[in-house]
Amino acid sequence: MAALRDALGAQGYVASEEVAMALHLAVSLQRPLLLEGEPGVGKTEIARALAAAKGTRLIRLQCYEGLDAAAAIYEWNYQRQLLAIRASGADEAALFSETYLLERPLLEAIRQATAPVLLIDEIDRADEEFEAYLLEVLADYQITVPELGTITATTRPWVIVTSNGTRELSDALRRRCLYCWIDFPDRTRELAILAARAPGLEARLAGQIVAAVQALRREDLEKKPGVAEMLDWAAALAGLGVNDLAADPAAVQSTLVCLLKTRADQAAFPPEVFARIVGKAA
Amino acid sequence: MRTRFPARAAGPADRLAGFVAHLRLNGIAAGPAETAAAMQALLAVDAADPNQARLALKTLFARGPEGWQRFDDVFDAYWSAKGAERPAAASTPRAVPRPALWARHLGEPEGGREESGSTPCAADADDGEAEGADGRRLAARAASRGQRRLDPAAMDEAERAAERLARALRDQRSRRRRRARRGILDLRRVARASLARGGEPLDLYHRKRRDRPARLVAILDVSGSMEAYARLFLAFLKGLAGADEATAAFLFHTRLLRVCAALREPDALKAAARLSLLAEGFGGGTRIADCLAAFNTGFAKGLVTRRTVVLILSDGFDGCAPERLAAELARLRRRAGRVFWLDPQAQTEPPAALAAALHHLDARLPAGDVTALAALVRRLERL
Repeated sequence: MAALRDALGAQGYVASEEVAMALHLAVSLQRPLLLEGEPGVGKTEIARALAAAKGTRLIRLQCYEGLDAAAAIYEWNYQRQLLAIRASGADEAALFSETYLLERPLLEAIRQATAPVLLIDEIDRADEEFEAYLLEVLADYQITVPELGTITATTRPWVIVTSNGTRELSDALRRRCLYCWIDFPDRTRELAILAARAPGLEARLAGQIVAAVQALRREDLEKKPGVAEMLDWAAALAGLGVNDLAADPAAVQSTLVCLLKTRADQAAFPPEVFARIVGKAA
Repeated sequence: MRTRFPARAAGPADRLAGFVAHLRLNGIAAGPAETAAAMQALLAVDAADPNQARLALKTLFARGPEGWQRFDDVFDAYWSAKGAERPAAASTPRAVPRPALWARHLGEPEGGREESGSTPCAADADDGEAEGADGRRLAARAASRGQRRLDPAAMDEAERAAERLARALRDQRSRRRRRARRGILDLRRVARASLARGGEPLDLYHRKRRDRPARLVAILDVSGSMEAYARLFLAFLKGLAGADEATAAFLFHTRLLRVCAALREPDALKAAARLSLLAEGFGGGTRIADCLAAFNTGFAKGLVTRRTVVLILSDGFDGCAPERLAAELARLRRRAGRVFWLDPQAQTEPPAALAAALHHLDARLPAGDVTALAALVRRLERL
């Protein structure tokens, strides 16, 4: 587990104990891992870091309502099939062969030479039918194409499923997966993340940034600033040459667009209110 | 073998099986397959470190945000024996058997169940005498609340409004496509069929988005404060349940009851008898949040999906802690497609608990009388 944590750290992902344990078990038990948490806590980033740490490909399937087997598993290349029939009168066996099969992420993921990381992102956006397909694939790691037969996995992908909790997932899926709830990072971990991602930043400014962002998350916001927003903000401040949040309120205020992304949230933080938060942070 | 398990247990496997049983007792569905997985998980980590063992089992058994929060307590209760945690059996409200109070909602004459044909869900089958006796009592109560007396025609009207509403809400477009006469080309079938024509795509197949029925779930408050409306709403509920087999109907008071079968009973006498049997053991007062919690944990799993429209018919006066209603509605909203609150007193300010929960609803709509119910149908049809 410690080794995995270090490997993730080398990729710039500072894993909490829970995340490290969840990934460790997902890898050693070969079970899919379901990650839930508020938007912006770095769920997608975990898959990216895991792929980089394992030195394999990341295959990503973004879910949306109406996602079907043709978009998620496989599809025949109809245009090419029709052309082939016209051109050479190809027979049926040739038409329904690998040449005309378009791999979609799920099929692609089980046919890799080295096990990839399969990220099924925001599964709560897809509908229940898709969950059923997915369960079938995750149960046996094999896919049946009626014209071609059953395709069995050459390698088992490491599967990471993320959900923003906009709808309740089926109990069958939850039961099949390992689970990890991800919270916003605490102060220490967020400082470590900032240090890993923006190494050039002065320690004092980093401390101020993290304190201000953590204070903002405690406010009643429509959309709480995530880790990515925090990093954007740090980059913006560094770009503007700000060394001390308290010293240049105008510049700091102009960079708030990185953190507060709805009109209501921006309206809730006029300069003086934000100055107070920064004052506490500094 | 050195273990960290107490001597009274036969071994780690035994102790772990005991833990899985403990989880089941605490509402986490787990069986032998899970025990085996837990064993594997513990082998994959340094199980002698309590923290690692805890995290590993948490990852395996938490399954959702609630489980994630609760797991540590459940874990400690078993492994550190920090007070045996009882499952939530204590949440059953102290039900006082007072069928007499309930009888008013049902319109059941005091004479007994044989004469109970005047149940509002069978209003069309009412005989004059029973309706008279019951109507007088109801009218007296309604008058004291400034409500119009409900005549059988109004009940019929409510039932018809409910049927229209059920039909309007049922047809929701799905985003999946299926075979159809018109629509976009189904290339897979076209390619397949062209083989028979020497490669010419002569036979064209189409597919289009299919209509997928939405399911309706209606939850009706029949507590004391809703008495004046109970008959009207029961008729409305009967209309909803009658229009579609898939519709589910619930009544609540201090407890939640599923009444679909009783509402669909074509025989008025039998329907009344079933409803009054169901009604036994009810007490006064309202526990909306408790009942919604019971719905969320019990029935919602099987009934409520993104294609479900939930109608809650209540005035929102709740005997539970105000913040709980918002929490339970938020939980329901995550599962359901749409949640509407039909409020007989929508023109007035909502009670505090409901006011705090308004943002978890799609709308709070007036439903005080037949006219309002008819207007409601038009409004929901537009949504």
